[in-house]
Amino acid sequence: MSNRLINWFKFASPQSFYPLAGKMIPWFWALTAVFGIAGLWLSFFVAPTDAVQGEGYRIIFIHVPASWMSMFIYLVMAAWAGLGLALNTRLSGMMAQALAPTGALMAFLSLWTGALWGKPMWGAWWVWDARLTSELILFFLYIGFIALQAAIDDPRRADKAGAILALVGVVNIPIIYFSVKWWNTLHQGASVSLTKSPSMAQTMLWGMLLMALAFWMYSIAVALMRVRAIILERETHTEWVKELEAVKR
Amino acid sequence: MIWNSPAEFFAMGGYGLYVWGSFGACVLFMVAEPIMAARRHKQILRTLRRARIAEDLDKEAK
Amino acid sequence: MSALLAIVRRDLLLAMRRKSEMLTALFFFIIVVSLFPLGIGPEPVLLRKIAPGVLWVAALLATMLSLNRLFAADHADGTLEQLALSPTPLGLLVTGKIAAHWLTSGLPLVLLAPVLGVQFDLDASALGILVGALLLGTPLLSLIGAIGAALTLGVRGGGVLLSLLVLPLYVPALIFGAGAVEAHISGLGASGHLSLLAALLALAVFFAPWATTAALRVAME
Repeated sequence: MSNRLINWFKFASPQSFYPLAGKMIPWFWALTAVFGIAGLWLSFFVAPTDAVQGEGYRIIFIHVPASWMSMFIYLVMAAWAGLGLALNTRLSGMMAQALAPTGALMAFLSLWTGALWGKPMWGAWWVWDARLTSELILFFLYIGFIALQAAIDDPRRADKAGAILALVGVVNIPIIYFSVKWWNTLHQGASVSLTKSPSMAQTMLWGMLLMALAFWMYSIAVALMRVRAIILERETHTEWVKELEAVKR
Repeated sequence: MIWNSPAEFFAMGGYGLYVWGSFGACVLFMVAEPIMAARRHKQILRTLRRARIAEDLDKEAK
Repeated sequence: MSALLAIVRRDLLLAMRRKSEMLTALFFFIIVVSLFPLGIGPEPVLLRKIAPGVLWVAALLATMLSLNRLFAADHADGTLEQLALSPTPLGLLVTGKIAAHWLTSGLPLVLLAPVLGVQFDLDASALGILVGALLLGTPLLSLIGAIGAALTLGVRGGGVLLSLLVLPLYVPALIFGAGAVEAHISGLGASGHLSLLAALLALAVFFAPWATTAALRVAME
């Protein structure tokens, strides 16, 4: 038991995580490609035309995965942040920092595809639908997190301040979602649901799941790429960075 | 096969602008983001390399 | 408990010494609210409809103005570190400071709101609900805002950053606060909104001072 614990902490040090991440990145890119190609093939060539929404519904295959990932990444980010606060590990803060831009991108893509879906379906680029509105606020939360970390020069302080903000955000997200939903029903907002078409064909569901997996693997791969850069930026003056092959060359 | 011709595929039953606008933006950003991350990594490696060379020159001068 | 009262008294005294800061935020609130009819037009039906939202958004913005100063002066002159070192738990002292902030920035807004509500042609019962909602909501704004104020303490561009961090977190307060008055006007009854607002307040009273304390300790390291 204690042996395993030590192993985990060994990988939690930036020094051993840096090469490990380097080895993992190609695998996650390969998985992204496999799931992505399979998902795109299903979503464009297998999934039948929707009876109500025609071909326009195919946006679902990226809109829903992007929305899922934007929420999931915030949770993962907050988990890393909490871990960093509790155990005081250096890597956790770096992971949270590496995940934030990807999460913000996912939130943005979800908004963008939502707008492009809303235009033909609702006749408006933007509808104050409960999901879109909470996604917008989630996007603001990501921007706040990134801005706070960018404004603090001392990385340790930036990590901790960001961690507190992420945890406050994670407590607030369900409250915000609930309040927006409440507000939406009160104002008789859009009644067409983006995600729940009355009878979703089995192939549509599979396409969506495969695309979600592709987005997931993509997020891991790009976050690992970013965390490698962050590790080097923060550990510039340590011996192990100076001993790296890539630096010695 | 549900598409009879490439033109039909790109037209997306009249929803071409919306469908390709969505997928296009996704592809664009999901290609740009890793490139930016890779560039950031290369940048810091270059800085580190320069610092090391400077250090070596310092040692030689002594 | 006496320490908490002492810190409230001290902050109130300090605020009284610098009345202008308090009054600036208050006049900001009045001016912002008064600009809306000028921008939108004076039809009473329209004004009555937008009144709750306008008053609430203006209250959020006015609160943002004073949040910056919540810990800044004490941080600058070292008082905050003395407070952190004192035997009384910092969380309690922070609660006192937040309470004082509400008394000097939130409560005046609540008292002014009915006067401004009259400008928007709200009737007496709607004004009552408005005051009730603000009474429950403005402490919530101070509590959540304190977390942001502590996080941005001594940070570059703190003021703008603070609003970026805090305003999204204010969304539930805005929805339930403004919604209470709207629901009352449309005859749905405001009790649901008000009780949810109260629940949020209870939650914030519990967690916000704790998170603020943690953020302050990070800022003082």
